[in-house]
Amino acid sequence: MTAWLRRRQGLPPAWLILASLIPFALVALPILYVAVQGYEAGIAGILSNLIRPYTLNLLLNTLTIAVSVTILAGLIAVAAAWGTERCDLPGRRWWRLSVALPLAIPAYVSSFAWSSLGPWFQEIQGAILILTFYSVPLVYLPVVAALRSLDPNFEDVARSLGHGRWRTFHRVVLPQIAPALGGSALLVAAHMLAEFGALSFLRVETFTTAIFDQYTAEFNNQAAALLSGVLMLICLPVAFAEAKMRNRRRVARIARGSARAIVPIALGRLMPLVVLGFVALTILSFGVPAVTLCFWVVEGHSAGQGLDRVLPALMNSVGYALPGAALTTLAAIPLVIATTHFRGRFAMLCDRLPYVVHGLPGIVVALAAVAVAITFVPAAYQTTGLVLMVYVVLFLPLAQSSVRASAELVPRELSDVARSLGKSPFQAFLLTTLPNLLPGIGAALALTALQLMRELTATLLLAPAGVVTLATEFWNYTSDRAYGAAAPFAAMLVLISGVPVYIFTMRTLRLNDAR
Amino acid sequence: MTELRVEKIRKSHGSNAVLHGVDLTVPSGAIVALLGASGCGKTTLLRLIAGFEAANAGTITLGTRQLEAPGVHIPAEQRRIGYVPQEGTLFPHLSVADNVAFGLTRAERRDGRAAEAIRLTGLAGLEQRFPHQISGGQQQRTALARALAPGPGLILLDEPFNALELGLRRSVCADVVALLRASGATAILVTHDPDEAFASADLVAVMRRGLVVQYAAPAALYRHPVDAEVARLTGDAILLDGVATDGSAETPLGTVALQPGAPEGAVQVMLRPEQIVLTEAGQGVAARTLSSVFRGDHALVGVALGEIRLDVRLSAFDEVAETLRLRVNGPGMAFPIP
Repeated sequence: MTAWLRRRQGLPPAWLILASLIPFALVALPILYVAVQGYEAGIAGILSNLIRPYTLNLLLNTLTIAVSVTILAGLIAVAAAWGTERCDLPGRRWWRLSVALPLAIPAYVSSFAWSSLGPWFQEIQGAILILTFYSVPLVYLPVVAALRSLDPNFEDVARSLGHGRWRTFHRVVLPQIAPALGGSALLVAAHMLAEFGALSFLRVETFTTAIFDQYTAEFNNQAAALLSGVLMLICLPVAFAEAKMRNRRRVARIARGSARAIVPIALGRLMPLVVLGFVALTILSFGVPAVTLCFWVVEGHSAGQGLDRVLPALMNSVGYALPGAALTTLAAIPLVIATTHFRGRFAMLCDRLPYVVHGLPGIVVALAAVAVAITFVPAAYQTTGLVLMVYVVLFLPLAQSSVRASAELVPRELSDVARSLGKSPFQAFLLTTLPNLLPGIGAALALTALQLMRELTATLLLAPAGVVTLATEFWNYTSDRAYGAAAPFAAMLVLISGVPVYIFTMRTLRLNDAR
Repeated sequence: MTELRVEKIRKSHGSNAVLHGVDLTVPSGAIVALLGASGCGKTTLLRLIAGFEAANAGTITLGTRQLEAPGVHIPAEQRRIGYVPQEGTLFPHLSVADNVAFGLTRAERRDGRAAEAIRLTGLAGLEQRFPHQISGGQQQRTALARALAPGPGLILLDEPFNALELGLRRSVCADVVALLRASGATAILVTHDPDEAFASADLVAVMRRGLVVQYAAPAALYRHPVDAEVARLTGDAILLDGVATDGSAETPLGTVALQPGAPEGAVQVMLRPEQIVLTEAGQGVAARTLSSVFRGDHALVGVALGEIRLDVRLSAFDEVAETLRLRVNGPGMAFPIP
């Protein structure tokens, strides 16, 4: 403990290491499980299980969706960001919000809405369409933030050197927003590889849906684990590439930059076309799902189904989300402190852990938890504790990034001063560092809780029998194609999701408004 | 022949009028400094000349080419006007060599122009470095090389030395001016620092509230500012009340000779601090020493002349006694009292 200050450059104190090891162990669990299953199956078992046209088909579907959605969403998002940040589009504030709105609709809800329109909106072409519009905001917001923090002088200099708008964009702007664009595109790819709810709903056979089927329909643990292994082998490099992209040399700011407001480009005759594009984007990404959902809510109500069950499901969702968020945040705090207050290999490991998690599809983590529980601690199977544990693993990165935003603002000198005034290292932490982390901890709790409310995959697999949440009730009704009955649950999910989406969007957009 | 003529330029940002009809002529090959406090419109004027924004009225002509006129707005990328913004703004994703070659066409890249600009600016050996790997002064010279490489008719520098620390500022400024002279470029330098303006420019245009209020060579501007505000903007100024008759004025510092063309009657007499010097007993006027701060190359001494308090600059080798005898060297500038 006395080492807190002296060895700051080296290893953190023992209590911090111990506290950080818990999330490490939790994250390691699914990886170990898949590895052990693979080992037990042996080379021959692995080959006979995986070398099949079936696997190839899964691989093709999974990659087709991930690649097409990433490319299409990236193109749409960059065009939209350029429109709202660099052009004299009227009502830019509102368009920004409207492009971000689809975030409020969980992918499985928007799939439900679209697919109720007709069979064309199912299967792979439907999945690409629906998930593309679902993913646009995930790229749009980081690109907007990057565009706004880009010193407009770069564009002025390029033009003074004889380059027109288009060449300036692709030679000066694009390279500088590349980390934001690339990072968020890889995040979309990772999401698509891990997506389960929407794809299962749209009847697309990918790794996630196949893993689920193997496990629930055929009770084939080993086949599920082997498929999980393949999926992880695809996901982890994507997550790793994303990490590299985000850590890429940050030289975008070699100077303070000027505080000048941007002179927007006059769209002139193109204006109606651009406005039309934004209207179409809003209709496709938000309008159709929202209106369809409203229709089914009314229909479902008239059918007199479901409504009385919304409240208990909501209570259960809250009952899972709140302790889940608290535990996740608690697990994230030591990781953040190890990263921001120390240097060295251990600090770096703590910093990278979330990227590994990004590479672990929810279904793989949930399945591993079930299998490990059944094998080693049967009493834990079908308990709330197991659900919460999986929540911690899956939402650790979210809590970690929220807490970290606060931690980076706390100067280390603060605890030094407290020490010089006679406080012990731990007292200094409690009295100076922790109070300043509170805003970040609050944000982590709120965001994680609200995200947990819409979690489907792990809850579906792990929740004790008879416990229903908004997401699982929605799932059960839609599995029976009871659209009207499912709609109130979906509507409730959208309303709840609206809150974190609003916070997240405003935070990203306001970030540079003060300039 | 790349004379720049700016005539009756007006510009508003929304309802906020920034420039109220600015006139400015920059002779071919000259370096002109635009000097003014922040918010006076100097950067806006520079941006209009560069073509980043369009003027509301007035004309801008470079050589024989009309850049800005009613109904005419040549876009920035067609003006061939170099631009060095605050802090250089080097493209962080490009090496020094690629930054310098950025404005060149494919053919120009092959004819060694970039190499010439790099050699001229003393950047040889740093071509493969990235902006964050070179010093602030080198970044500034790279920015200049980038602007010079396409051979522009005019170079605009917008407070280019602001980001540099004080010690470096002077030497980089001197470097840049020498480079501009060597390349024979016509240049406009925006600054709020009078020392920088005097040291670098052939002509200094003082801007205030959207207008050029005085346009003169550095020494003339320093000696004959048009009013008290310009006097303070161009250096330290001591202002004394006095009564002028026939080319001299009675002031608390005794009789002070005035610059030619001075008004008569009640005036404000402007002196530069270094004009006030010590003199022998029996000469000048007596002053009581209040404070003394030793500054190395001079001593800043606060003195009282009856009710009036002044800060005068004495030589580091002067003896600062309790009472000093002061006199005025050279003529003062008289402004009528409004």
